[in-house]
Amino acid sequence: MTAISLRNLDIFYGATKVVHDLTLDIAEGESVALVGESGSGKSTVLKAITGLATNWTGAIAVEGVPRSHRIDRRCARQCQLVFQDPYASLHPRKTVDDALSEPLAIHGIPDDGRRVETTMAAVGLDARLRFRFPHQLSGGQRQRVAIARALMPEPRILLLDEPTSALDVSVQAEILNLLKRLRREQGLTYLMVTHNLPVVSFLCDRLAVMQKGRIVEIAEVARFKTGALASPYARELYAAGASRGC
Amino acid sequence: MATVLHWLLDETPTSRLQARLGRHARVALALTRNPLAVIGLIIVALLLVSALAAPLIATQDPVAQDLARRLLPPSAAHWMGTDELGRDIWSRTVFGSRITLTIVLLVAIIAAPLGLVVGAVAGYFGGWCDRILMGVTDIFLSMPKLILALAFVAALGPGIQNAIIAIAIATWPSYARIARAETLTVRHSEFISAIRLQGASATRVILRHILPLCASSMIIRVTLDMAGIILTAAGLGFIGLGAQPPLPEWGAMISRGRNFILDQWWVSTMPGLAIVTVGLGFCFLGDGLRDVLDPKQAGKP
Amino acid sequence: MTAPLLDIENLRVTFPTSTGPVDVVRGLSFALGRERLGIVGESGSGKSMTGRAILRLVRPPGRVTADRLHFDGIDLLAQNPRRMRLIRGARISMVMQDPKFSLNPVMTIGAQIAEAVLTHERVSRVDLHSRVVAMLEAVRIDDPDRVAALYPHEVSGGMGQRVMIAMMLIPQPDVLIADEPTSALDGSVQAQVLDIIDEQITSKGMGLILISHDLNMVASYCERILVMYRGEVVEECRADALADARHPYTRGLLAAMPHIDETRDELPVLDRRAWTTP
Repeated sequence: MTAISLRNLDIFYGATKVVHDLTLDIAEGESVALVGESGSGKSTVLKAITGLATNWTGAIAVEGVPRSHRIDRRCARQCQLVFQDPYASLHPRKTVDDALSEPLAIHGIPDDGRRVETTMAAVGLDARLRFRFPHQLSGGQRQRVAIARALMPEPRILLLDEPTSALDVSVQAEILNLLKRLRREQGLTYLMVTHNLPVVSFLCDRLAVMQKGRIVEIAEVARFKTGALASPYARELYAAGASRGC
Repeated sequence: MATVLHWLLDETPTSRLQARLGRHARVALALTRNPLAVIGLIIVALLLVSALAAPLIATQDPVAQDLARRLLPPSAAHWMGTDELGRDIWSRTVFGSRITLTIVLLVAIIAAPLGLVVGAVAGYFGGWCDRILMGVTDIFLSMPKLILALAFVAALGPGIQNAIIAIAIATWPSYARIARAETLTVRHSEFISAIRLQGASATRVILRHILPLCASSMIIRVTLDMAGIILTAAGLGFIGLGAQPPLPEWGAMISRGRNFILDQWWVSTMPGLAIVTVGLGFCFLGDGLRDVLDPKQAGKP
Repeated sequence: MTAPLLDIENLRVTFPTSTGPVDVVRGLSFALGRERLGIVGESGSGKSMTGRAILRLVRPPGRVTADRLHFDGIDLLAQNPRRMRLIRGARISMVMQDPKFSLNPVMTIGAQIAEAVLTHERVSRVDLHSRVVAMLEAVRIDDPDRVAALYPHEVSGGMGQRVMIAMMLIPQPDVLIADEPTSALDGSVQAQVLDIIDEQITSKGMGLILISHDLNMVASYCERILVMYRGEVVEECRADALADARHPYTRGLLAAMPHIDETRDELPVLDRRAWTTP
């Protein structure tokens, strides 16, 4: 079954078309990366799937059900977004506990506080941090909170918007390991937007290379690791990544 | 006491209740470290006590007239002297604190939430909603507060309830402006997007996520405005459009004393002192709260 | 070998906090000749503070002390603010992370670059214009006359950063401090901007301090690397010998980075207890 299906998707910002005729299917349990430089429209695709960008034509289906142009609660329960910057994506006046219980309250999930505990444990957050405010946490801890918040409604799909690019290298490794483990344990589907190719190699099965709002190539990561890419732009990206030795 | 404090300030609270109480305890502790805030707090506390325990503190009936003892200077029997009808000014001032407190509280309860909601809704939805709500707000803002209040009292008729309504109507627009400005700065932030993506309704986003961010600046602003509200109320009383005789309202008392200001200074001065003291108290408290609650003073929730 | 351009010994940057003073940089010593030096560290390592301390840009209540902070024989700690302004820009320049915040939004690019020249020397109008255009050409801006007339919001991030570099290099300083000059830019543009910096530094024989969190990037553009952790240098090595780094922190950082042909199932995580900081 397809977790996310995008058909002939055109996305607009005002009158400008930023994504052109994008078609992509992501199978259940798969981990797919959207790769490209800033301005390639890759983040916009995530915004359209979540409902933050509303001006699009074409079809988006999540778990086989076509989604409307707005944020809807049913879709939100199945499909959650993790933002790039953990410093901006947590409410500054809400404790970890508040942030994690809010999704339960929104979806009317009964809560005795235990679910917050188990999710915190699952993302490797010490229970003692439960009543801390974001400013009392490190960047890595914040990103764990953001991931935990996304997991609270028990979604099947996680959309990841450059989840480690605001973090230090050593913390990036921890978060990448966490994402990999969560996917294995909970059978999640990932759609990740990134410009960091080594992260794709580590975390994804397939990648779609975007340039100027269009997908120029879709390839298996196994093939990508060997540099065997068809389109010139994708090869260029690979060469830039490989030459920097990362 | 030490163990209670220790429990409150525990860095790793074990329950939601403990965490919440601890947060309040930290604000309170920070407030007590600020000398001006403490003075303000004491003055406001005195106002509260004198309002609640007025019959115990007052030495005489505030409305009992005794024409034989009119216009007496301050003495052991009449601490603040007597007015032109022989009423004890000390007792009247003490009972007057009830009226002042009622006005201040009611205005705060009506105007602050109204302004907060109007501003947050306008800022969050934007577009036409913003234009209409802010248009109305601007109409109110374009008129001086006291004159606006005067107009309303004149229309509604003199009296303390009408004075309260009039002052509330005159004050809410500035709160709406603040709330809108604060809302605009956070409306497109990622943490608001994140909560919207969880499926939260607009009402929930505004009430639970945007308003708490505006709340601290609003508390500060309302506290600082209290002095102005008291003055407006006193001003209405002074020109006879606020509390009606024989109610011991401070502004009305000053007004009555105006005729004797040169020979019997205490009749006007004593309630005037009360207004100044309470006004200062609220200002000090507001300043202290700003130091404690201001988000730019990061490090303390 | 000639005397070093920058000679720093036991540099400390201290900030007072409610729990007592905290050293952000603790006892840093190094010398910089006409070479390219990289300072690498994660957030909170004190790498940016080091760059600011050299230019005396640490804001109060932060305090800078050092046994020696000499630039070309001048004791930087002994200079008054006015003298320091003459050194800053003219002799030591700094390129910051994001051009969006470093460029004046209400001045054209050409005017800003010209301003950088005029603060330090007197030049005729004709000379000035030709120097601005030549400088923009040097940072590989194809159409310098047109770009000089643009405002900062009209150019892309990569172009903005090249303009910044032009602005910093036009007074012909001896040392350029580049603090995360490319982390706000895309991959391919990053390489381009670094190549331009590299070309300018090498052709003019300047000294460069490249401050970054990216070990690989620093390794490929510098000759020497200092790795900082919690305000101290834990490793100093030649860039080409990075693979033989000895300190567990450096080794940990290298291992924690995924590779483009990654096959590991789990990335090794830094164990900060593996070494102790005195």
